[in-house]
Parts: sequence; C-alpha cells; structure tokens
Amino acid sequence: MSQETTSSVRTLILSFLALMVLLALTVWGSFIDVGAWRATVAVVVAIAKALIVMIFFMHLKGSNRLIWTVAGAGFVWLSFLLILTIGDFVTRVPIGPGP
Amino acid sequence: METTLSESKPNYLNISTTIRSWLLTTDHKRIGILYLVSVIFFFAIAGTAAAMMRLELLTPRGDLVQPETYNKLFTMHGVIMVWFFMIPAIPAVLGNFFIPMMIGARDVAFPKLNLASWYVFIVGAMFTMGAVVTGGIDTGWTFYVPYSTLYSNTSVVIATAGVFIVGFSSIFTGINFIVTIHKMRAPGMTWFRLPLFVWSNYANSLIMVLATPILAITVLLIGLDHAFGIGFFDPSTGGDPILYQHLFWFYSHPAVYIMILPAMGVISELISAFSRSRVFGYKVVAFSSLAIAALGFMVWGHHMFVSGQSPYASTVFSFLSFVVAVPSAIKVFNWTATLNKGHISFKTPMLYALGFIGLFTVGGLTGVMLASLAFDVHVTDTYFVVAHFHYIMVGSTVMAFLGGMHYWFPKITGKMYPERWGQFSAIIIFVGFNLTFFPQFILGLEGMPRRYYAYPPEFQVLNVASTAGASILAIGYILPLLYLVWSVFKGAPAPGNPWNSPSLEWQSTSPPPKDNFDEPPVVTHEAYDYAHMAQAQGALDG
Amino acid sequence: MAESQSLVAHHFSTLEQEHDAETMGMWVFLATEVLFFGGLFSVYTVYRVIFPGAWDAGSRILDLNLGTLNTAVLLGSSLTMALALHAAKLGNRRTMVFFLLVTASLGTLFLGVKGFEYYHKYTEHLLPGLGFQLPNGMPVQVGLFLRMYFVMTALHAFHLFVGIGLVLVLAVFGWRGKFTPLKHSPVELIGLYWHFVDIVWIFLFPLLYLIDRS
Repeated sequence: MSQETTSSVRTLILSFLALMVLLALTVWGSFIDVGAWRATVAVVVAIAKALIVMIFFMHLKGSNRLIWTVAGAGFVWLSFLLILTIGDFVTRVPIGPGP
Repeated sequence: METTLSESKPNYLNISTTIRSWLLTTDHKRIGILYLVSVIFFFAIAGTAAAMMRLELLTPRGDLVQPETYNKLFTMHGVIMVWFFMIPAIPAVLGNFFIPMMIGARDVAFPKLNLASWYVFIVGAMFTMGAVVTGGIDTGWTFYVPYSTLYSNTSVVIATAGVFIVGFSSIFTGINFIVTIHKMRAPGMTWFRLPLFVWSNYANSLIMVLATPILAITVLLIGLDHAFGIGFFDPSTGGDPILYQHLFWFYSHPAVYIMILPAMGVISELISAFSRSRVFGYKVVAFSSLAIAALGFMVWGHHMFVSGQSPYASTVFSFLSFVVAVPSAIKVFNWTATLNKGHISFKTPMLYALGFIGLFTVGGLTGVMLASLAFDVHVTDTYFVVAHFHYIMVGSTVMAFLGGMHYWFPKITGKMYPERWGQFSAIIIFVGFNLTFFPQFILGLEGMPRRYYAYPPEFQVLNVASTAGASILAIGYILPLLYLVWSVFKGAPAPGNPWNSPSLEWQSTSPPPKDNFDEPPVVTHEAYDYAHMAQAQGALDG
Repeated sequence: MAESQSLVAHHFSTLEQEHDAETMGMWVFLATEVLFFGGLFSVYTVYRVIFPGAWDAGSRILDLNLGTLNTAVLLGSSLTMALALHAAKLGNRRTMVFFLLVTASLGTLFLGVKGFEYYHKYTEHLLPGLGFQLPNGMPVQVGLFLRMYFVMTALHAFHLFVGIGLVLVLAVFGWRGKFTPLKHSPVELIGLYWHFVDIVWIFLFPLLYLIDRS
C-alpha cells in the first residue's frame, strides 16, 4: 500500500497557527530580560517549532521508527561536534606566565 | 549449484558495448568498473608524487626540487590519495559491484544517483587536476589556516572547490548504500545473515553521510575566505584558527575510518573464504563496525594535542582514542580465531589478508601509542605519525583492495588471474611496504620531522632504505596492473564459483547477468554457511 | 495490482518498497544537510560563547521587523506546501498546482525581503567586502558576527532558491497531470526538502535576530 499517513487539513492549519503563536512568543520574549536564560529559551522554542514542522508537515507522525532515527541522527551527531568543541574553548587555561 | 562457463550467455559486460552504454549506464556493476578505472588513474598520479618525494629524500640536502615544489608534492599526494583513491576505492568499486549481489537485489536503491555520484567524482577530480595544472597547492592536505586563507598564493580556491564537489560523491554513495541495505534485501536475507562486507559498508556509509557534510562546509569556508576574505578564522577579527582545526578534523578523523572499514569488510570475506570457516563471532564483528562508526566521531582532538587546545579536552580525546581501538582489536582477534582449525589455502587473496592482519596490528598499536598524550607531544609531526598512518592506509587498506580485486576478479571479468604471479606480487608488495615504512618509525622516534625536503645527514641511511623499499613497492603495484589487464583478455575462463563460497554473489554466472540473478534468490541459510555447503556436496557425491 | 506493478521501477518489487526507499533516501539526505548547516551553527555557537557582548550588539543591528515578517512568510509557505501534498494525495490537480505556486511565491517574497535587508546593510556600510565600516566604538568581533550573518543567511537563501526552482518544476509537471494519488513522490520528497529549509530558518531567526533586545 503506497498510502502513507495523511495529516488532515485541520491538523495542518492548527499546526501553522501554533507556529505563529510560538513566533509571537519568541519575538515578544526577546524584549524581556531573562538574563542568562535567553539563549536557552530561544533555542527551546525553536526546537518546539521545528518539531511541529517535522511531526505534522513532514509526516513524522505515523512514520516508522527508522525514519524517526534518521530524522534525529543528524542532530545527535551535531551535538558531538558542539559539545566537545565548546568543551575545548571553555576549558582553555592560560599556560605559562601571563602578561 | 555451481554454474558453468557462460561467455556466450548475455552478461552485464557483453549486453551492450557502446561507449554511450557505459557512460549512461545505471548498472551498479558497470558503475563499479567506471570507478575502478578512475581510482587507479588517480592512484598512479598520487603515487608519482610520492615517488618524487622519496627521490628527493635520498639525500639530506634539498637538491631535486625546490622547497615550494616539495610542499606541493606532499599536498597533492595527500589530497589525491585521500579523496580520489582511498575513500572511494573499496566502497565505490567493490561495494557498488557486490553489495546488491550479496543481498540478493537487482541493483542499488537509486541507480541514477549512483551514476551521478561517479560524474560528481569526475567533476571534483577535474577541479583538483585544475589546481595541479595551475601550479598546485602547498598547504598540506589539511589546509590549515591562516596559511591556506591568508598567506598561500597557490590554487587554494580551485582545490577546495574540487574537494567540496567530490565530497558529494561520497554522500550520494552513502545514501544509496544505506537505503539499499535497509530496503532491498532479498526474502530471507535478514540483517544477521548478511555477509560482514555488507555490515562494514553499511557502517562506513553512516560515516560518509554524517561526516562529509562537515568537510563540505569547512572547505567552503576556506574557499570563501581565500577568495573574499570572510575571515571566520582570522585572529585579527576575533577568529580562532583552532576552530578551523576542530571542524576539519571532525570530518577527517571519521574519514580515516571511511578508509579502513570497507577494507575490514573485505578481510572478513577473504579470511572466511580461504579458511572455509564461518567468521568467528559474527555478531561481535558486525557490531564492532557500528561501534567504530560511532566512536570514530568522538576522537578528532587527538590530531590537535599540540595545537593550543585545552589540556582537559585533550585528555578526554586521548581517553576516547584508546576506547576506539577496542572494536578494531576485536576484529583482529575474531579473524585470527576464524583461522584457527580452518582449512587454509594460501591463494593470492589470502596472502593479502594475512598481510593485512599483521600490518594493521602494527598500525593500530602505533595508533594507540599516539593516543597517549605524553608520547604524542614528542612524535607529533614527525615520521612516526607518517609511518603509523601509512601502515593503516597502505599496509592495510591498499592490501585489502588488492586482495578483494583478486578474489572477485573472476566474478567481475569472467576470467581467472595467474595465481603464481598473484602470490609473487603480494610478497613483493609486503616486502617493499615494510622496507619503505618501518624505517620511518625509527626516523620519527629519532626526531625527523615530516613535510621537510631536507634533513640532518645522520638520517640518510634510513631514508635510503625507505626509498629503496618504495621502488620495490612500486614494482609490486605495477605487476598486478599488468597481469590483471592481461587476464581480462587472455585469462582462463572462470567458473561461476571458483572459490566454492556460499555467499550470494557466487551463486551466479561469471560474469553475472545484468540483473545479477536469473531468478531472484530466496535466502534460507546463515552467512558463511560452509558446513551446509559441505553437506550438500556430500549428498551430491554420495 | 497488475496496473500498479507496471508503475514500479525495474529494480524494485513493489510500489510500497519504492516509496519507502525514496522517502528514506530523502530523510538521509536531509540528515546530511543538518550537518552541513550544523557546521556553520557550530562556528556561530563557539564565537557566541566567547564573544557574548559582540553578539548582543550585532544582533541589534539586524532588522527585527523584516526578520519576523520573513519567518512568518516561510512558515506560511510550509503550510501551503503541506496543503499541496494533501491535494496531490487526493488527486486534486488544480488545488495542488495552486498551492505549489503560492509556496513558490512566498519563497520568492522571502528572498525579496532578504535582498532588501542586504541592500539596506550595504547602504549602512555594513556589508562585508563592500565599503565595510563598523560604527565607532564597536568591538571588531561585531564584524565577525555580521560576516557570520551574511554567510549563514546567504547559504540558506541559496537552498531556498533551489527549492523554489524545484517547486516550480513540480507545478509544471503537476499541471500536465504527471502526479496521481498512487504516484506523486516528487511532491512529497521536495516537500520534505522545503520543510527542512524552513526549519533551518526557524533556528537562524532567533539565533541571529533575537539575541538580546531587552
């Protein structure tokens, strides 16, 4: 059967509205001083939006586990690069006598 | 089960002989041959660069070429060998040809993408050759900044364009193999009945797909920087050259696993075929390929121990580098156990496989030595490192490639190669290789730096030995080129299954028909089922 | 069954296998794109961690209104792309072509707004390479931020441009009746690519425009 899952039109439109709400939230939120959390908040909302697009627009919902794995793999591997590279930069210590 | 000679039957070779039918083929077998011709050509070019380097190093003074020329020679040797031989050779030649057959499929999942990957390879090669003819590049194959972006006035942009393009060839091949192995297996071919060559290429494809995009973005940034001065890694605008190294090695360390994993897959096939045994610990070997693929992404910082990287990061990378050696070692143990009580025959492919095991062990152990921080700071950028990676790349991968080419030669061409010449050449290569590269370990320990065209006179004896070895090695490589080409035309006709292997690719004629099998196979046995074959043979005889 | 059998490509056994393989292939390709952009995001992140002040300042230079507008435009285009696919599955040719054209238009609108932003930066002497001049007192790393902004958004724009081309090709083929409820995988696969380009912007927007406007 070549009929894969179909999100209904209603689901698609609701997803779009949710995305717009999240967009408004992040823009409005950037004017609020949340201090050190602002990067986290922004990224978390972006992840939420991305998940909505992936699950409803890209039909991850209803796809098999293999597709979910492929969808996530790129991000997981990217995290290796990010974590270990940033780990280098934040643990740099000055060696030898400083100026 | 053994099919007889089939020269007169239509097969993938004689079904159409026009140039157009070759250049527009979507047959994975023909695409494998297109790649074969290409990679041999580039191996010869990069090998010539190496020959010139070894000639220069016969004498302590620089007297054969200019220093700038020497820099260009080692750069082009590295660039061409890595991207136009080592990475594509086994996957795009042997993998392309045999993965569909081993899983019982008619072709790969995306045959047109397969052809596209070869054309992309050729375009990338054209750009890189373009860099060569416009003066070459002298940055080292590692393109370190700020030299490659700010100071080198060689053809950096053209070369990085070539590398950028050829990366997509890898990516396309990787996508094709991953989907093919998941979706195109014949009925009954479960994951754990797959030959280990397929497992290795699967794991390798994961690496190709996940690592190569980072190479692409990195060389794109180098090219843009050299051309437009975008300066992401330029200290004068706040950039950090070490960040370039992180990005570059995040790809290039997994790249070395791209260069070895398919070779390990070949060795699993050869060891089992020529000891007529099931590979010992099949599942462990299969999972070790996946482990190498995953762990290989977490160790790149061991190329940067002396770069200014934080010592804490270096410690983590060092530890993980010890860990990644484990799955490779497991494979060596399992191959050795496979030999135990096997029915061994010393045909040419087996000689290459046995050589692989010994040389890979040396290369691997010296790798573990290099993973050790305290040792590495003394030998970094010396010939010790050069020897280490050549033991893996030449002593292991190239030997596996040659072993695989001989093993599968009857299937690919329908002809047998001359066994005595094969064995003789294998021994020449083994001797030549060790004479070339073992002295380099000692040179490195004594402090001879790499990428230098001159050296202190006390290093001359070992350098002369190394060059002598290189000339023997060159002869060793030329011999198979000659007798294999000769065999294509004049070799003895090959039967369908000259090695009596139970693997699916041998259950077909030599050469195979265009759709690989006359009837789509149904699989009912485990991989390497020699016991069953012996039973069936006994039933036939009895 | 026999009719659908003739629709299957030669090396596949069933339509389902073909569809599964194509879908998986596109997802694997998108994983490579995640890493391709991810390399740039990694460079961005490292510098943001070590130059937080410059990143704050750089972010405020960018035009928030245009950025927000563009985000909404692209999110809308994902909706219309999904609606086009929905129509394809039902065999509604005209509806499908309509939504494909709307998608391409929204994508083009995005590029237009982006082009305008770039031009605006050029007039402010903030386009690297063309009379670039940082305002007085700004740390030199703000220039690094701006260069990252241009490279990241230009790479994204290039991907979007390719996407628009592909969607227009789909519209042409769709108009000619090439897609049926049984066989319309190009619409689905290019749709996946389009959504991916949207997702890249979903991350680019807050990371570039919304760092600190408090």
